[in-house]
Amino acid sequence: MKLLVNFSRKAGQKPIIAQVVKETGVLINVERAIIDSSEGEALIDIPDESCKIVKEKMASLGATVRVLEHGIILDETECVDCGACVSVCPHEVFYLDEDWVVRVREGRCVLCGRCMEACPHHALYHKEEL
Amino acid sequence: MIYTRMKKSIDLINERVRDGNARVVTADEMPGLVAELGEEEALREVDVVTTGTFGAMCSSGAFFNFGHAEPPIRMERIWLNDVEAYGGLAAVDTYIGATQQSTTREDQYGGAHVIEDFIAGKSVELRAMSRGTDCYPRRTITTDLLLEHLNQAIMCNPRNAYQRYNAAINTTDRVLHTYMGMLLPNSGNISFSGAGVLNPLSNDPKLRMIGSGVPIFLGGAQGMVVGEGTQNSPAGGFGTLMVTGNMKEMSQDYVRAATMQGYGVTLYIGVGIPIPVVDIDIVRSTAVRDEDIEVDLLDYGIPSRNRPAVRKVNYAELRSGIVEVNGEEIRTSSLSSYRKAKDVAETLKGWVEQGKMTLVLPTRPIIPETRVKPMHESVHGPRVLDIMDKRVVSIGESEEIRAAAQKLLKGETNHLPVINNNGLLVGIVTTYDISKAVANPGKATLVRDIMKKKVVTTTQDEPVDIAVQKLERHNISAMPVVDKEMHVVAMLTAIDLGKLIGGRWLK
Repeated sequence: MKLLVNFSRKAGQKPIIAQVVKETGVLINVERAIIDSSEGEALIDIPDESCKIVKEKMASLGATVRVLEHGIILDETECVDCGACVSVCPHEVFYLDEDWVVRVREGRCVLCGRCMEACPHHALYHKEEL
Repeated sequence: MIYTRMKKSIDLINERVRDGNARVVTADEMPGLVAELGEEEALREVDVVTTGTFGAMCSSGAFFNFGHAEPPIRMERIWLNDVEAYGGLAAVDTYIGATQQSTTREDQYGGAHVIEDFIAGKSVELRAMSRGTDCYPRRTITTDLLLEHLNQAIMCNPRNAYQRYNAAINTTDRVLHTYMGMLLPNSGNISFSGAGVLNPLSNDPKLRMIGSGVPIFLGGAQGMVVGEGTQNSPAGGFGTLMVTGNMKEMSQDYVRAATMQGYGVTLYIGVGIPIPVVDIDIVRSTAVRDEDIEVDLLDYGIPSRNRPAVRKVNYAELRSGIVEVNGEEIRTSSLSSYRKAKDVAETLKGWVEQGKMTLVLPTRPIIPETRVKPMHESVHGPRVLDIMDKRVVSIGESEEIRAAAQKLLKGETNHLPVINNNGLLVGIVTTYDISKAVANPGKATLVRDIMKKKVVTTTQDEPVDIAVQKLERHNISAMPVVDKEMHVVAMLTAIDLGKLIGGRWLK
């Protein structure tokens, strides 16, 4: 399960993710992180059964946590099956099947958004954005 | 050799089409069929090969006639959903180009979207202005229109159905946004366009069956080849076609507006051409395979008309998803849709099989020896040479920081190129670097300790527009101008750009 964690670094630089790993024993896979001097955002992947404990621990340390139900979503009415998304995706989410139709392996997506920029037909979006 | 002279007349083919007995195959089926049957048997067997392509075709647009208003107006400036259309035709005629962008929504909406919206049955707002004349007194008009309200909506695309297109790669260290889509840095991906084996002109490169008057599939309608397209270059394997069709008969399935991020609006359109199989030469040309169609893989990191080719690559490799470049496997992306191209070829096949479209030989041929020329430029734009500052104040890498400070002060400059013992450029120091070194005194005592080693440079021959792009991109205000050996021959600073104003270049 993927969680989007936002934290402020203003109140000191607490090693939130490391602390959660230490205290819960859950192995957290950081798939994407943007951290600057004042705030940070990390997309983490954890086993489904650990979702509750990780979420609560993160929240208690001052982070806001959002469960990401979906990866990138393809709007089939807009998609023309060109494949512009295929090579720009760092996680090989997209491929063309034997009928040359674009297929999405949603579970691989880390919502970096690069494909949304590359799609000429605005056929890719985040569910959370709607 | 008697077989090579064997022929099948277009009348015979059309007779079979009208009777519903014609054997029609799509172009991707033809190579296998010829391999299986042999050329002579394929000629006897196959009457028509249908082709198709579906991709971004920027040089597209449509003529509209709106009918006259009461009182009438001679429209001089015209907008459709805030996208400007050409006002230089008769009173209520216009041409809208696919790439023209909205004045309000920029690259998110353009001429291509107006065309798609009309075809989709959506309402489009027409706004127009005029000076007013004795015969056309009205000065402004605003009205909502549906496609059915127009007298004519004639798609006429000056350049469609490129025979093939060079593939693109990017060797620079930053993302490029091009009409070939998003190109990742450091050769991170390859993008290409074109239907390869299904492409109309690749199946008749000598233009024997494709020319003026030939019936085609265009955007879901039955259209026609007007003649050669703009920038037509069949001699080099890059033929193009000008095509036309009735927009009122088109379908949104085959006409789609698109935006190439950072580049602009374009139109995706489906074009297909039926090729009558009249002789062995046509059997051979329609037996073309993806492997046989080669293009250059060009480095779009070079901002020049003459982009260097990294290697040759064919459509089979491109479509496989992986192309090897210098021992590295690089993933490919198609910008055109092969599924839609097949859909076009198959729909066209259905039309011919059902006798809905008969075949016509070109009424006027397209000359296969034509080759595209670059622009004739009578005046060359400014080059770095024209505005650079030849007074170079530089410093040796082993000199002390203090000496650099003195030179900066004396030379009234903020940038000091740093040279080694051989007089070659090895770095650059700015007033900022020196202030920093003075403010935080540490171990650094020599210029080489504080200089930036990665220097952005230009050359005397570089067009100023390209040099300015470099300054902007790196957020710097000066660059050394170097020769091939990396001697600093001049400096180009933001101040020098002022020479462009009021001078020879910008009046």
